[in-house]
Amino acid sequence: MKKRLLPLLLILVPALTLAAEGGVHLDKANIDPDNQQSLQRGARLFVNYCLSCHAAGLMRYERMGQDLGISELQVAENLMFTGGKIGDLMTVATDPEDAVEWFGTVPPDLSVIARARGVDWLYTYLRSFYLDPSRVTGVNNLVFPDVGMPDVLWELQGWQKPVITTVKDTDGTEHKVIDLDLAEPGLMSPKEFDRAVRDLVNFLDYMAEPGKHDRQALGVKVILFLLVFLVVAYFMKKEFWKDVH
Amino acid sequence: MAEKWKTGLLGWIDARFPLSKMWNEHLAEYYAPKNFNFWYYFGSLALMVLVMQIITGIWLTMNYKPDALLAFNSVEYIMRDVNWGWLIRYMHSTGASFFFIVVYLHMFRALLYGSYKKPRELIWIFGMIIYVCLMAEAFMGYLLPWGQMSYWGAQVIISLFGAIPGIGDSLALWIRGDYVISDVTLNRFFAFHVIAVPIILLALVVMHILALHEVGSNNPDGVEIKKVKGPDGHPVDGIPFHPYYTVKDIVGVIVFLIFFCIVVFFLPEMGGYFLEPDNFLPADPLKTPLHIKPLWYFTPFYAILRAVPDKLLGVIAMGAAIVLLFFLPWLDRSPVKSIRYRGIAYKAALGIFIVSFLGLGYLGGEPVTPVLTNFARLFSILYFAFFAVLLILPMFEKTKPVPDRVTSK
Repeated sequence: MKKRLLPLLLILVPALTLAAEGGVHLDKANIDPDNQQSLQRGARLFVNYCLSCHAAGLMRYERMGQDLGISELQVAENLMFTGGKIGDLMTVATDPEDAVEWFGTVPPDLSVIARARGVDWLYTYLRSFYLDPSRVTGVNNLVFPDVGMPDVLWELQGWQKPVITTVKDTDGTEHKVIDLDLAEPGLMSPKEFDRAVRDLVNFLDYMAEPGKHDRQALGVKVILFLLVFLVVAYFMKKEFWKDVH
Repeated sequence: MAEKWKTGLLGWIDARFPLSKMWNEHLAEYYAPKNFNFWYYFGSLALMVLVMQIITGIWLTMNYKPDALLAFNSVEYIMRDVNWGWLIRYMHSTGASFFFIVVYLHMFRALLYGSYKKPRELIWIFGMIIYVCLMAEAFMGYLLPWGQMSYWGAQVIISLFGAIPGIGDSLALWIRGDYVISDVTLNRFFAFHVIAVPIILLALVVMHILALHEVGSNNPDGVEIKKVKGPDGHPVDGIPFHPYYTVKDIVGVIVFLIFFCIVVFFLPEMGGYFLEPDNFLPADPLKTPLHIKPLWYFTPFYAILRAVPDKLLGVIAMGAAIVLLFFLPWLDRSPVKSIRYRGIAYKAALGIFIVSFLGLGYLGGEPVTPVLTNFARLFSILYFAFFAVLLILPMFEKTKPVPDRVTSK
């Protein structure tokens, strides 16, 4: 039986060897989707810092409250700034034309951004803004060069300054490496800020697929059922095949 | 025959419709060789996946909106607001990939045991047409979520038709119905994906099975069980499909479902192979993704296309890679069907062919670099060389004696 399953197992291999993306090194987000407090803090950061420009137009306030253990009243009082009903989608009031004038583009909807970009990318991106006077917003980003988005988390993180060093490779070619240095501290220490961004990314990951937790919980039951069914089916087959020689 | 005088509901129906006759012909009295091995699960599995795709597809259609402005959000609406919508959607998206896994293994079985050879050429031809229809079905279905990779993948593949001299550009325009992929394209792909191609697929599957049951199944020994019949007129080495293979295939179905459910419930994106990250960004005609690639089941042919420096020749090579498979029954001249009784040269050739196909599959999903392109060229040559080897090899191949009856399990 083991030998027979091998070809099927081999088919599953590509998923385990996901090709690495080129470019900037990404820090591990290490989010914990089961940590409801982290998700609640992330939700608060999201509505305070992101939702004024970015929509999450596929997510409902009500669902968020249910999944994150926040009562409807608390959602309405603490997380809904624009009024509306609890069953509403988390849309944004900004006029797209204004957005283009301010940022050069309409800020993308963030409902499923974690599935498009990956949590590590988001975690690194949000911590990689640095001062760049040549940009209209005054900042640039290591992960997303010349990004239109301003550094909205600056009051928490403070301002980072680029430190450019030249590194020689083993084969003699020179590379410019940009490191970031905290030039002006914000309200949070770097450690606190990393945790805050982790919470925010955790929430973005939750929002990208609110049913993920239920899906995995159901999966365990389904596969256990199939394993029991397999035993029954196997012995049924054996019984029927007794007279085949 | 006593059957004629049957009473009750079944008798009433049988007098008007050949229900019992069909049941017997295709299940209870269809004699299949008793020595089917692991590779013989994939036919019934393919049928099951087809049924699953149709059923999940019907339920997806109830909430999906084939409209460029609504399509992307309607898929996420299914994932979030429709009861069990996420399960139906993941079963459908995972089912598409598993369909190809199962069909590729089913085709590999035919190569192992010479199942396409006389008298089974038409089974193979119908099967190949099913495969091509399946590719069309999958390609058009992948446009429907209207993500970035849906959009740009379709853009690249349809532009290939533009390489055909003379009529190319107007042909591509005719397929798209617009100068770029647009709402018009989405609507017509939806129509083909949910109605036209599934109908053709179902008809072909019926023909595939009817042709199989006309000549009887091949087996791992590649011998004809109909040559040795017992006093009852049934093949000595045959057993009725039902109940023997129905109970056996149930075991196969459950093992398959375990793998399938692991993906559906725990790895629905399959590391970006079944659902690509870029497809979670809505289609944007003004933003080209950095790295456009088709889904994994098309990558072997995509790699052949890119390996050829000239676009038109590349399209021809890609087409030839599929068309040549149709001619396998006539390219392979060896009278011996099963790999068990063929020489070492055939085993080596088949091994190299499979490695080339898998290698091309990997390369087709990677960005182009000079080194990788050279590898793709090597594998493409090896892929095509297999067909030449099939043609020449039997002239001096030393085969082993084929037994008269199937060898025991």
